[in-house]
Amino acid sequence: MTPKRVEVRAPMSGIFYRKPAPDQPSYVEIGDTVKKKQVLGLLETMKVFQKIKSPANGKVIEILPESESPLKDDELVFVIEVS
Amino acid sequence: MMKKILVANRGEIALRVIRACDELDIKSVAVYSEADEKSLHLKPADEKICIGPAMSAKSYLNIDSIIAAAKSCGADAIHPGYGYLAEKEDFAKACEENGIIFIGPKPENLKLAGDKITAKKLMEEAGVPVIPSSPGPVGTLEEALTVCEKIGYPAMVKASGGGGGRGIRICQNEETLREDFLIAKAEAGASFGNDELYIEKYILKPRHIEFQVLADGFGNISHLGERECTIQRRYQKLIEESPSPILTADLRKAMGEGAIQAARAVKYFNAGTVEFLLDSDDNFYFMEINARIQVEHPVTELTTGIDLVKEQIRLSSGGKLEYSFNDLPKRGWAIECRINAEDPDRNFLPSPGVIETYLPPGGFGVRLDTHLYQGYELPIYYDSLIAKLVAFDLNRLGAIAIMKRALKEFIIAPIKTTIPLYLQIMDDPFFRKGDFDTGFINGFVLEEDDDDFF
Repeated sequence: MTPKRVEVRAPMSGIFYRKPAPDQPSYVEIGDTVKKKQVLGLLETMKVFQKIKSPANGKVIEILPESESPLKDDELVFVIEVS
Repeated sequence: MMKKILVANRGEIALRVIRACDELDIKSVAVYSEADEKSLHLKPADEKICIGPAMSAKSYLNIDSIIAAAKSCGADAIHPGYGYLAEKEDFAKACEENGIIFIGPKPENLKLAGDKITAKKLMEEAGVPVIPSSPGPVGTLEEALTVCEKIGYPAMVKASGGGGGRGIRICQNEETLREDFLIAKAEAGASFGNDELYIEKYILKPRHIEFQVLADGFGNISHLGERECTIQRRYQKLIEESPSPILTADLRKAMGEGAIQAARAVKYFNAGTVEFLLDSDDNFYFMEINARIQVEHPVTELTTGIDLVKEQIRLSSGGKLEYSFNDLPKRGWAIECRINAEDPDRNFLPSPGVIETYLPPGGFGVRLDTHLYQGYELPIYYDSLIAKLVAFDLNRLGAIAIMKRALKEFIIAPIKTTIPLYLQIMDDPFFRKGDFDTGFINGFVLEEDDDDFF
């Protein structure tokens, strides 16, 4: 049986950040095990920051956009393999 | 007189300054980031210069790039608007060093406005009332008791490392102070890694009232009356009006003199705002000086007849201030609603997108400062303020009626805006009576702490 995968999409357009500050480590890397509601990245829209959280326990399989790149509404950001 | 002004800002305030330049027959230069190529402020400007990529840090906050732009087009002055570089001492200095007039306060004013502790000390020395507080950190319960005996209860015990309303305990009397002080200390240490506490008098149900001041280079300082800015959410102003429904002529006189004293104490120059907290017993306390033109300046303009941006330009050109508040043809009542691209039903989440339908209000008593137009796409990079709708009439209820009518006319779709919230507030009996404090908005919005999205 192939493991179930879930997509994490941008809730609205905004600027994607992989780390809380430029001199900090990234929230997650590919291959990291994550818990449900764990912060995966940040989205900045019109000066407001929102956390992008994991919808499930699992493993980060893909991180699509580069940090500091603009995302469109509903753009695919992470793929999580559910454990 | 200046011949060419570069406007170092975007959005509605850039448009506001460019309009003033046009009326004064001064050439205007708009600057813009790569994300703002379609911004409305570029249309009426005489020249436009791209100053960098979308991110503000690389464009609207980029001092080198803006100074280079000003030199390349031969601008003799820069107007910074509000936000961005408006209160950056380094920017004002960079202008000076490059022989460009910074239309705003002197670098020393900006430095002091940013240093709240020194500013408060100077105000105290000048006799401007400040919120009574401990002179420094308070280490022991005994010290805390002595301080509170002096400043009075209720007292607010605050963690030095806290902020945004966190790390605060209100002590109603000596008994609760005895109970809470050591707990507050332990909590501060655990929450902020710093158990330093200080104590300030707690102001019950305060109102936020600020005074517009103008100062020339010859020592003349005037105030232009107050703005009532009590209706706020998370320290962001939502509705401002002038005059304040609560000030008596005597209180206005006392606070206005306090504002002038405050400006004099720091040798202020150009336009500025002195912010006060007013308690329910009509005691007022200095909070800070905002060293810039403010978002809510139109309510002062409508009720005094003074164009504040033109006055900023005139004073920076060496003009004299030859009038005081009493000389002004004061008239009527003005109310401003800050319309944001935010969804009031979803905890004020931003709402970017393309404006597909745009129908602005008009008619008697309506002023609209906005950079919106049909087909405009709101950039994700910048603030969510999209319009300032101002209503003016001879009295407050008249202004509220005009505001309500204008809000109903104003169609911005499909993005979400704060217009529905303002329509609700215009009908609120307490708002209509002018009976509110800084907690007013909590009756209208759900406060959600969690920023969960999934």
